[in-house]
Amino acid sequence: MQISPILAALRYHKAGVVLIAMQIALTLAIVCNAMFIIHQRLVRMDKPSGVEESGLLVVKNEWAGKPATGQIASLMAADLDTLRKMPGVANVYATNTYPLSNGGFANGIGHSPDKRNYVSVTAVYFSDENTLSTLGLKLVEGRNFNADEINGLGDNDKIAPAVIIVTRELARRLYPDGSALGKTAYISNEPSIIIGIVDRLQIPWVDNSMARWADCSTLLPFRNLVTITHYLIRTQPEEIEDVATRVRATLYATQRLRVIRPKDGVKTFAQVRAAAYKSDRGMAILMGVISVILVATTAAGIVGLASFWVGQRRKQIGVRRALGATRQDILGYFLTENLLICMAGVVLGGLLAIGLNLWLMKQFEMERIAPGYVLAGVAMLLLLGQCAVFAPAWRASHVPPVEATRSV
Amino acid sequence: MLAYYFRLGVRSLLRNPILTMLMVLTIGIGVASSMTTYAVFRAVSANPLPEKSLQLFAPQIDIWGPQSRAQGADMPDALTYTDAMALLRDKKARRQTAIYPVNLTLVPQDERSEPFAINGYAAYADFFSMFKAPFLYGGAWNMAQDDTHAAVVVISSQLNQQLFQGSDSVGSTIRLDDHDYEIVGVVDGWNPKPRFYDVNNSDGFNDAPDIFLPFTRGIDLQINTNGNTNCYGSAGRNPGFDGFIHSDCAWVSYWAELPDAKAEAAYRDYLTNYAADQNRAGRFHWKPYITLRNLVEWLDYEKVVPPETRISLWLSLGFLLVCLINTIGLMLAKFMRRAGEIGVRRALGASRKEIWTQFLFEAAMVGVGGGVVGVVFTGLGALSVGLVFEPDIARLARVNTGLIGLTLVCALVSTLAAAFYPIWRASRVQPAWQLKSN
Repeated sequence: MQISPILAALRYHKAGVVLIAMQIALTLAIVCNAMFIIHQRLVRMDKPSGVEESGLLVVKNEWAGKPATGQIASLMAADLDTLRKMPGVANVYATNTYPLSNGGFANGIGHSPDKRNYVSVTAVYFSDENTLSTLGLKLVEGRNFNADEINGLGDNDKIAPAVIIVTRELARRLYPDGSALGKTAYISNEPSIIIGIVDRLQIPWVDNSMARWADCSTLLPFRNLVTITHYLIRTQPEEIEDVATRVRATLYATQRLRVIRPKDGVKTFAQVRAAAYKSDRGMAILMGVISVILVATTAAGIVGLASFWVGQRRKQIGVRRALGATRQDILGYFLTENLLICMAGVVLGGLLAIGLNLWLMKQFEMERIAPGYVLAGVAMLLLLGQCAVFAPAWRASHVPPVEATRSV
Repeated sequence: MLAYYFRLGVRSLLRNPILTMLMVLTIGIGVASSMTTYAVFRAVSANPLPEKSLQLFAPQIDIWGPQSRAQGADMPDALTYTDAMALLRDKKARRQTAIYPVNLTLVPQDERSEPFAINGYAAYADFFSMFKAPFLYGGAWNMAQDDTHAAVVVISSQLNQQLFQGSDSVGSTIRLDDHDYEIVGVVDGWNPKPRFYDVNNSDGFNDAPDIFLPFTRGIDLQINTNGNTNCYGSAGRNPGFDGFIHSDCAWVSYWAELPDAKAEAAYRDYLTNYAADQNRAGRFHWKPYITLRNLVEWLDYEKVVPPETRISLWLSLGFLLVCLINTIGLMLAKFMRRAGEIGVRRALGASRKEIWTQFLFEAAMVGVGGGVVGVVFTGLGALSVGLVFEPDIARLARVNTGLIGLTLVCALVSTLAAAFYPIWRASRVQPAWQLKSN
């Protein structure tokens, strides 16, 4: 296939060529950045929490009328007992917060009682001896809390645990050169002994700003005796819906002076996860939808302009056919023409894609796009161009040679 | 003549219905995606108090020093209780208030109904006049009641509806947690969006707060903050509520009303001097550093417009641009295919201007069609923004007459802009060439 006659012919369609090339370029720039954003969001959403999520239920309970600390202790003990006796419930514990909840508090943890001198930030999870089995955490070293190590912690009481359990990542940061088990760490101004290390436990927040310590969590042996408590309930996975529908009424039957909000007081962990990553999922959907429509629009545009060109050149095609060009020649002509235009488009588009990525990096703290995305986008758009132009080119190749004699 | 162009346009558009539909759909979808994301963007980037947004200021004081920032802790976007109280005592602004969010419960008298949660804020009397809260009944408490730590409360019209069936409840008593409060006022559905005075704790688009009570009373009753508490480093403060409020944890929002640039400069000096005093007193060991941002700057600093909303808007505009380029191409094809017809018209005496009018008319028809499709898709888009944005934000994107008008105008203007080049080409058609070849 000779390229120079095609180039010569293109000079007569400058506007159309520029329009298609521009469209290809912009589509490439937007689509490969969109794909990159989708990939990043999916990676974020894919991060394991360390929790055995199916069959886990969360109930947020607020005591009404501000009972005293001592009262909360007995109310909470009664609740835990009631919940444990519910059919379908395997285990339960009470806590201040849980992974992906987007609430709770974080502390510095380090080797010194000086609070300003810490090694890492860590999420603080109040736990008891049932926490590991309720959440399904994997203990890789050491032991669980014993029941007699769990203390009540009133509002604004001093947090100074004698023993703590940390995640493997936090243990590594505290003691990079050996096992942290049995060693001390300061999460308050008094030392705590690390008695256990769990494989993984994500912090409550999924924000990018906290990603640097997203796997640094500490379990503290406390029951937080304050107005708001979260009960985490391990159910048989097939009974979770059943337990979820009954749990509110069961708790109210034992004690009326509480608030479990009808709207979101009882949540499965699947709902917790969906809420935590709502905006990530939303972004991925939006980027996906826009990319699909964009590609379809561009394809439609190519079909439209190519059809117009074929229509315009019926006579020339007829002449070429009369002079001995085969159908393949005509088909090849239009396919090559499209390939040339698209190649110009993707070169420009590749540059635009990188420029757009740089701008997004500056504006939205995004990462640098992997070159694979641009290359995949280039291949996809070249293929798209060929597919889109195929139907008009096919019609062109079926223009009969007699067309040449019709007018002029 | 216009009626004739209209008929010509209809005939031409119907001649290639697929091409016409493609153009209309392209414009419609492009405009709709931009309008949907714009509706969300407009809602989240709105100025909640335009008439006073340049007179309301939120201060920050560097209480942890440069070392904390080296360790990755941002400067806290609230004050410590100690600093907030010092600023309130000095009263250097025209009006000022400390604020913190509270979460209480209300136990109904009726044994059968369940207790429910009450959200609100502890604030000072100036809060209501500073932020122009409209009252349905009664009014704010006064400064003397701040000083006496009075057990009074301002409730929302929703709570008033729920508890008193909307009647004037001023003077009645409600029991929140384990204490009684006398109602002094009912605010009239007041919920600025974004809720600028609480964006350091929430996304700013939640349901309206139920109650407001005096800050001094909240502290007396040891009501904890329901918002963020920013502490630095590991725990290490004295136990109890008293230990908490006198710690260097930042959790009190603070706003000052400064009527003009002079007052703003004076307040800035005052804050710097305050920080320097703390330095001399041995509390800080670094160069005094403060910030003072007005409401607009504060919303920006707190990133109230989520990055997702911005990216979506830019992406949709990019998409619209591609749609327009596409439309230029399709129109060019469509108009140039009629070169023969144009040639005949020109030869029969039609001027270039008349060709312009004819094709502008046709383009306008495509634009209006695109606008109608765009309105339909914008409606669908507004219904499905819940898939993409947080529920609090998604429900702000409403289709109103303004948005419908904007969609139509946007579709028409962008179509005419896209049609400019194809029409110019059409008007340049040489009649002689066309007549010769056909």
